[in-house]
Amino acid sequence: MTENYDIFEHDVLVIGAGGAGLRAVISAAQAGLNVGLVCKSLLGKAHTVMAEGGVAGALGNLDKKDSWEIHFKDTMKGGQFLNNWRIVEIFAKEAPERVLELEQWGAVFDRTPEGLIMQRPFGGHTYRRLSHVGDRTGLEIIRTLQDKAVSYGMKTYMEVTLTRLLKDGDRVVGAFGYYRPTGKFLAIKAKAVVLATGGWGRMYKVTSNSWESTGDGVMMAYEAGAELLDMEMVQFHPTGMVWPPGVRGLLVTEGVRGDGGILRNSKGERFMFKEEYMPEMYKGQYAETEEEAHRWLEDKDKNRRPPELLPRDVVSRSIYKEVLAGRGSEHGGVYLDITHRGADFIKRKLPSMYEQFYALGGVDITKQPMEVYPTIHYTMGGILTHPETCATTVPGLYAAGESAAGLHGANRLGGNSLSDILVFGRRAGDGTAEFARGVDYGAVDDQQIEEEMNLMLAPFTCEGKENPYRLTQELQEAMQEGAMIARTEQGLSKCLQTILNLQERAKNLHVDGSREYNPGWHTARDIRYMLKTSEVIVRCALERKESRGAQWRADYPDRDPEWGKKNLIASKEGDQVKISTRPLPEMPPELAKLFEESK
Amino acid sequence: MALNTAQSKEPGRVSLPINSRKDTWWIKPLLVFLGLSTFGIYATWRAFEDRYYWGPHTWGPYLSPFYSPLLPVFHIGHFAISPALLILPFPLIFRLTCYYYRGAYYRAFFWDPPACAVGEPSVRKRYTGESRFPFTIQNLHRFAFYIAAVFIAILAGDAIIAFDFNGHFGMGLGTLIMVVNVLLLSVYTFSCHSFRHLIGGALNCYSCGRSGKTRFRIWQRISYANERHMLFAWLSLFTVGFTDLYIRLVSAGIIHDVRFF
Amino acid sequence: MDKVTLRVFRGAGNGGVEQDYEVPTFEGMVVLDAIHYIQQNLDSTLACRWNCKAAKCGSCSAEINGVPRLMCKTHVSDMASKGQPIVVHPLKTFPIIRDLVTDVSWNYRVSEKIPPLQLAPDAPNPLVMQQMDVDRIQEFRKCIECFLCQTVCHILRNHNAKEQFYGPRQLIKLANLDMHPYDTLSRREMIRHEAGVGFCNITKCCTEVCPEHIHITDNGIIPLKERVADEHFDPIQHLIRKLAGTDKKKK
Repeated sequence: MTENYDIFEHDVLVIGAGGAGLRAVISAAQAGLNVGLVCKSLLGKAHTVMAEGGVAGALGNLDKKDSWEIHFKDTMKGGQFLNNWRIVEIFAKEAPERVLELEQWGAVFDRTPEGLIMQRPFGGHTYRRLSHVGDRTGLEIIRTLQDKAVSYGMKTYMEVTLTRLLKDGDRVVGAFGYYRPTGKFLAIKAKAVVLATGGWGRMYKVTSNSWESTGDGVMMAYEAGAELLDMEMVQFHPTGMVWPPGVRGLLVTEGVRGDGGILRNSKGERFMFKEEYMPEMYKGQYAETEEEAHRWLEDKDKNRRPPELLPRDVVSRSIYKEVLAGRGSEHGGVYLDITHRGADFIKRKLPSMYEQFYALGGVDITKQPMEVYPTIHYTMGGILTHPETCATTVPGLYAAGESAAGLHGANRLGGNSLSDILVFGRRAGDGTAEFARGVDYGAVDDQQIEEEMNLMLAPFTCEGKENPYRLTQELQEAMQEGAMIARTEQGLSKCLQTILNLQERAKNLHVDGSREYNPGWHTARDIRYMLKTSEVIVRCALERKESRGAQWRADYPDRDPEWGKKNLIASKEGDQVKISTRPLPEMPPELAKLFEESK
Repeated sequence: MALNTAQSKEPGRVSLPINSRKDTWWIKPLLVFLGLSTFGIYATWRAFEDRYYWGPHTWGPYLSPFYSPLLPVFHIGHFAISPALLILPFPLIFRLTCYYYRGAYYRAFFWDPPACAVGEPSVRKRYTGESRFPFTIQNLHRFAFYIAAVFIAILAGDAIIAFDFNGHFGMGLGTLIMVVNVLLLSVYTFSCHSFRHLIGGALNCYSCGRSGKTRFRIWQRISYANERHMLFAWLSLFTVGFTDLYIRLVSAGIIHDVRFF
Repeated sequence: MDKVTLRVFRGAGNGGVEQDYEVPTFEGMVVLDAIHYIQQNLDSTLACRWNCKAAKCGSCSAEINGVPRLMCKTHVSDMASKGQPIVVHPLKTFPIIRDLVTDVSWNYRVSEKIPPLQLAPDAPNPLVMQQMDVDRIQEFRKCIECFLCQTVCHILRNHNAKEQFYGPRQLIKLANLDMHPYDTLSRREMIRHEAGVGFCNITKCCTEVCPEHIHITDNGIIPLKERVADEHFDPIQHLIRKLAGTDKKKK
């Protein structure tokens, strides 16, 4: 028996209203298609608003020597060559155009003295490459895209949560879910679906992610049969807030270091200069004395960047090791100091950091150093997509942005996520438009809907006593302990056991109240995806027996060249998670040559 | 006049009183009310008093700002019209249409609203703000500004004359008060929102054209002062009243002017 | 551990009650932490919106002790006074959905009516704009659409003039477009009539509550009033424009 539900139809259904989703809406709408956009929250609140530092694209406004080739190289190196070269090539080539187009749509970036877009240095980027608006670049981008998308008259489903992709045979033909305010169900039929559902940092206790990042999108794709790529690659941003407890994990933009921020331990040492922390690959490319790093602030051509601007995985590990060695700050972090840039500069270039620390942490960053520690930030792994069209391995299903994988490899460079969502949001929109033009609506299977309804409503009638919040907390603690920066066989196995236990217990979830805007119920639904995503992450992390980028296996501390040639693929096989490896696509000689020249 | 009821109940709005503030939100509007009323009553009384404002040969070269510029007394029939009645309307209009004072008296006198997130007197049915006559007149603030600027020049002249003690260069406490008064009045007048708009606010591109950059720089300075427009509105209101009071007291022989040199 | 009492509105459009919850406190705790504590430990059905918990998304707007604020940016210690509970209400200007969640969709509908940026056909790509030209509009673009200004504005809150007045948030959006160096579309008629800039009586409550510290009134609404005055209340300027032939700058 099924209760009544609303049915809608759109040529293209975009799930997720962050930058990637909105950019996909724009290109699908420009192709003349009828587009529906589903967002879990209100429009314009998606995770993109939290992006701070900037959007990377080789415009070369300040450093004329910059080019897409160098951006390509930086991104591949940052990702430890686990990236899909073609995705990176497309990305580096198209990013500048995507940034400039935003300006034509109303985005107002900071300016250079010549009146062009200002660019700031960031970790792992050879040149000043991040177009930015102070430290609220994400807000600027989402608002610009939102206004643009709205002007095309797309239909927006605000506060609608989708829980399952509907299939007709092999093909995805729509999605099913509920209205958050009323709890009533709806189905949206579509000729093609774009998943732009972002990342899944919420299964960790200390995270810069919001409640939305539960992995529901990636798991819906997984359930629908899509292959997932390198799911063990979860990024720890080196600088999250540490104190007070209420703001633990909140992001401190890399822009602080880009604008000269200095990391020190409790002994006052600028520890990033220690030789042990400098990876072989980057030797000679960073300042070797504090004096040089200081001169770089004024003259970026003649001096090398400070080692605080090494890629995120390197800096995160260094901070972790410093704190482990007992050289941590009062509340278990390290110090990040920007005071030497002066109050005026800080308030102009880092206004929201100033405000965030002042209002939430009681710290005046123009006078005092910040305390920071790595926080879960981004997921490099995700849905396997085709470089040109963003098609997944399931017909009719496309993915873009953080939920997709392949661009960032084992570690993402700061600023690349904002250009990622622009470049591949657009390509996903174009890809779906192309696909949708050639097909008709598929048939919606009542049985799938009935199954999903029953699954969704089960916690109301379940006799069990498990509390969704309690399970979430236990999962977050297990992941924080077992699958954080330093991973071991033992820790991961224990974590996996806990996850499997929690999955059993989740069958006894019970929630009270009505279906109307009931957060307990929503959490009960989220935990399902969080548990499955966590399982996949941990299984992949166990599988990859090497250290590379974000994956740091304390029991396999070195990079293994063999592992550098293959990706891990996770897919659904019955009720089991199937993990396999697949060789990385080989880089064509003309691109491979770029790396030889630099050596 | 229930201030606490939920107003304009759209269907489905929360069934709580509009005002749930427990802090002393009424203090600010009360102070504004008392401040403006006190000045208003004093100024009205002084405007009708028609004496004790000018007398350079006896007690000092001072002219009350309420009676500047010096005008002859008009007569309508038997009634003598105080010159202040012909002068005061101009600064009054400037202050009445001033963006700061508008907000202040809408709050303190009209209770529309008396403070943020509190109710309003429920007797008023329809609200049109400044979109209907007579309140559309507020849009003419810039013209009031032009006149106010002329008055600044006149008062500056008065302040200069206040150094002239029967042909000798001198200075009394009255001189100092008049100088301070005209300075504060100038800052208040030239930090006006309308002036800020005319100087640079109306432009969309400062870097375009030859005068743009100059106008931008002036606009920036005015903006800086404009952020403190409220402060200068009150300070200058106080000094203009105090200047008049001082001159009245000296002129009436109640106190004696202090001569510095 | 210290405790604090929260008095939270529970209910929907057909009515509701204020309910007290006792919550343990910790250093730096914000009201949203307390709400989360209630959801996790005392009542999992308490509805509220939130996303970033960093004052960047503008989701967790509520009225705390009668003043519209972001829950994630309001410290419990600043709100608690001895023996008094911290009162948490939903936004009172919009229809309530449940508990602390209100239906703010009106704001989105109004926003849709505002025509987007229209560049001059000869505008360069990339655009050339100096920082001095964009400082003003960058301030407006800091808006996180928390709608605190909309909820505190007495024109919407007390007079419910939603048909005649777009509210401070949308006037800021209009100011942003009107002051853009390359925009060519005149929205002055909209600003004057549909958006109803004349309704604003500059009592500045919007500025007081803005969590992004945007000078909504002084830098946004008043300049718009002045721009409308240029066209409709200033015969001298009108004449100058006529004579100089600069009347057609914005179409």
